Amino acid sequence: MINKTVKNVTEALVGVTDNMTLMLGGFGLCGIPENAIKELVKRKVSNVTCISNNAGVDDFGLGLLLQNKQIKKMISSYVGENDEFERQMLSGELEVELTPQGTLAEKCRASQAGFPAFYTPAGFGTEVAEGKETREFDGKMYVLEPAFKSDFSFVKAWKGDTSGNLIFKGTARNFNPCMCGASTITVAEVEELVPAGALDPNQIHIPGIFVQRIFQGEKYEKRIEQRTVTPKS
Amino acid sequence: MALTKNQIAQRIAQELRDKWYVNLGIGIPTLVANYIPEGIEVEFQSENGLLGMGPFPIEGTEDADLINAGKQTVTVLDGGSIFDSATSFAMIRGQHVQLTVLGAMEVAQNGDIANWKIPGKMVKGMGGAMDLVASAENIIVAMMHTNKRGESKLLKECSLPLTGVGCVTKIVTNLAVLEIKNNVFHLLERAPGVTVEEIKKATEGTLVIDGQIPEMRL
Repeated sequence: MINKTVKNVTEALVGVTDNMTLMLGGFGLCGIPENAIKELVKRKVSNVTCISNNAGVDDFGLGLLLQNKQIKKMISSYVGENDEFERQMLSGELEVELTPQGTLAEKCRASQAGFPAFYTPAGFGTEVAEGKETREFDGKMYVLEPAFKSDFSFVKAWKGDTSGNLIFKGTARNFNPCMCGASTITVAEVEELVPAGALDPNQIHIPGIFVQRIFQGEKYEKRIEQRTVTPKS
Repeated sequence: MALTKNQIAQRIAQELRDKWYVNLGIGIPTLVANYIPEGIEVEFQSENGLLGMGPFPIEGTEDADLINAGKQTVTVLDGGSIFDSATSFAMIRGQHVQLTVLGAMEVAQNGDIANWKIPGKMVKGMGGAMDLVASAENIIVAMMHTNKRGESKLLKECSLPLTGVGCVTKIVTNLAVLEIKNNVFHLLERAPGVTVEEIKKATEGTLVIDGQIPEMRL
């Protein structure tokens, strides 16, 4: 079997340079590649374009890269939880391409699956569709959206094996599977790395073919953005 | 008396039908889950990748890996399922979800909706709203009838950047239940104690009042 493991996050990010386009999994702070983000901060990689549903919060997730002004452009669907983001965007320091969430997911998946573009009804008649080709199918209007082109995908899974097979947990799955194989190199960090053969092949969410590098992540904080609970009676 | 946010949710819950999959937006729509009518089965879809969403977890059992689209910790009910974002929007775009309930800043009488951006001021993004409104068969907007400055949110034309065109069919506000048909608002029900005159005054768009308008039952 092909072994995809790398020793650590440093080795996992070999080849990441300034001006690259990066995909990062996660929804809010749920399922984000915490180790890769910290390493990007440490390496001071700059001028990058980030494709990620959200932009973290001020002091965690992609917010850390924003604080250091390492991001040139963000492609996201919702950025409401980050004051620094809003400040940089409104002042024009940061380029932002707001994209409907389903379109964002499908632009990743299209890249993974080898489709150059697809038609979606989302955003028709809005500023999102400005300058884009539109077409009618069965009386309904659609917008042509191109697949993403990206250098690195950073995803986070619950368990993975040395062959790069991945299993996600809960809603930490979100964009992560769609981004696997959607960039030139996909780097997966996992909470638990196991030997090939230890995972049931029937239960794999993402086959290792979509993953080039896998490593055991460490010190997951898994911060909760909105802790909502029912009090113990 | 104008409805409270909870009462708006309670009224919308009356629109739920047996065996429907329903996507609830952030804010008032989320409250709809507290008022499911007895005797019907519905499942709530959260666009971050969850079907069969349950109530907030009991204190101490919350899981950072289980949240809803508003980033709140939630639970998953027996029979629920979890999936990736592309699959989630396949459910939405493919019209497998029967009802979408969402908030709005403005709704126009032709069914246009604006709820994601105030140019130069508030730019949080559309999240999944554009996909939802472009695809759902039934869209109910839950909102206050007027904004904080007392101006109508039911307009002839939206002034803010649009989220979707010609897609809203029903609106439940703190004052009324309205339907959009033939490019005008039709008044269906009044909030208890609210007069037709008050609703007319709070509605900038064309409002059709056909006969006696009944009071809502909550």
